[in-house]
Amino acid sequence: MNGISNYLSQNSSIVVDALLQHIVLAVLPLLIGVLVSLPIGYLAVRFGWLYHPILNLSGIVYSIPSLAVFVALPYVLGTRILSPVNIVVALAIYTIALMARTVADGLRSVDPALTDAATGMGYQRVRRLVEVELPLAAPVILAGVRVAAVSNISLVSVGALLGVGGLGALFTRGLQLDYTAPILVGVVLSVALAAVADLLIVLFQRAVTPWSRAGQGV
Amino acid sequence: MDDTPYLLDGANWDWSRTGSIPQLLVDHLGYTAITVLVGFLIAFPIGLLIGHTGKGSFIAINAGNAGRALPTLGLLSLLVTLMSIGFLPILIALVVLVIPPILTSTYAGLRQVDPDAVDAARGMGMSGLQVLFRVELPIALPVIFGGLRAAVLQVVATATVAAYVAGSGLGRLLVDGLALSDYGRMLAGAVVVALLAIVLDLLLAGVQRLVVSPGITGRGQSRGRGARFVAESGAENPEELVTAGTTKGTS
Repeated sequence: MNGISNYLSQNSSIVVDALLQHIVLAVLPLLIGVLVSLPIGYLAVRFGWLYHPILNLSGIVYSIPSLAVFVALPYVLGTRILSPVNIVVALAIYTIALMARTVADGLRSVDPALTDAATGMGYQRVRRLVEVELPLAAPVILAGVRVAAVSNISLVSVGALLGVGGLGALFTRGLQLDYTAPILVGVVLSVALAAVADLLIVLFQRAVTPWSRAGQGV
Repeated sequence: MDDTPYLLDGANWDWSRTGSIPQLLVDHLGYTAITVLVGFLIAFPIGLLIGHTGKGSFIAINAGNAGRALPTLGLLSLLVTLMSIGFLPILIALVVLVIPPILTSTYAGLRQVDPDAVDAARGMGMSGLQVLFRVELPIALPVIFGGLRAAVLQVVATATVAAYVAGSGLGRLLVDGLALSDYGRMLAGAVVVALLAIVLDLLLAGVQRLVVSPGITGRGQSRGRGARFVAESGAENPEELVTAGTTKGTS
């Protein structure tokens, strides 16, 4: 324990920088991925024959190791191998692979009677989607966002093998120096970051789906 | 030799050569098999116990989240500095990765069994163990297989990290390729790992077809009816299924 406080007091700026980079590298692709997967998921429901191809494709994408994607992307995108853009794009792709399916499942879970009722009340397709279907699908979609957020936060560190990995830099440095303190600090911060992100999304979900608590006598 | 892509160069497929693709592939499969076996032996009984008794559910529910949050590269580095370089830290780090999906899916699979079916089995005089192995487990198998397949995919992808701590497996192509700036080698590693993941998933899907009762999947009867029943019963708690089916650790 003494070694850890020692390490922290001497390297606080390195740790804070790594943490901030980690947050940016995890949150940016999450936002991009969720925004892109909403229309994909919608299309998979609107045109039912797209559902299974999208499901299979995302399964395949998800099975490609992140390290492989990180090293392959510079050649596809023309970026430098040390560019953070590679990490952001790679994690955005994983987020889409996970979320497209979840968005589709969420929209499919909406009771058709409710969408029929909305149509009967004169809701046009877009308004019905935004005001009725998406809010009702929110619990399923946000469950997927929680999974994506937590796994993104954990995946960022692999980028350290390429020199851009937020807290992962503490792992590679500790391993090179055979020094446990930075690794332990990195693991604890990474897990804490995931827990905080998870909690924030749960709170967001409570805020946007007030009806889900109505029956619990709140 | 510069003209032939690494993946297609016959010399790289020479069995007898150390570090050739087939040798790395066998090592990679070895890591995967041992890890999934050990993880299964730990997680499956615990999942059965929690799912059957309903006690300790929070462990099963939170295991999935905790497993996802823990960065495998960090855990591996930590174990290597605490122990030493070798097979054991790799095995432990990967086993930690496979326990959550198997545990969570076993639990979720048992929980989503229709309580009426369990009541009926009890009413017929079945003991607790008989209910578990003759009623709950067969009905839960599709969900459990989902977790097992997720675990296998995750290990196949994540075992590549082993090469970073001087381990073997297909990760060698990625790590060595990176060190040598040999793009062809990295690409070969990425392609072979992705193909391996797909082939293993198809194999497990085949095993699942053989093992899961036609009464559950609806095959051989009025087509689709049974499958729809399973889908419907699962849809009651979509959050649980999302958690059980899809996980990606530091892979």
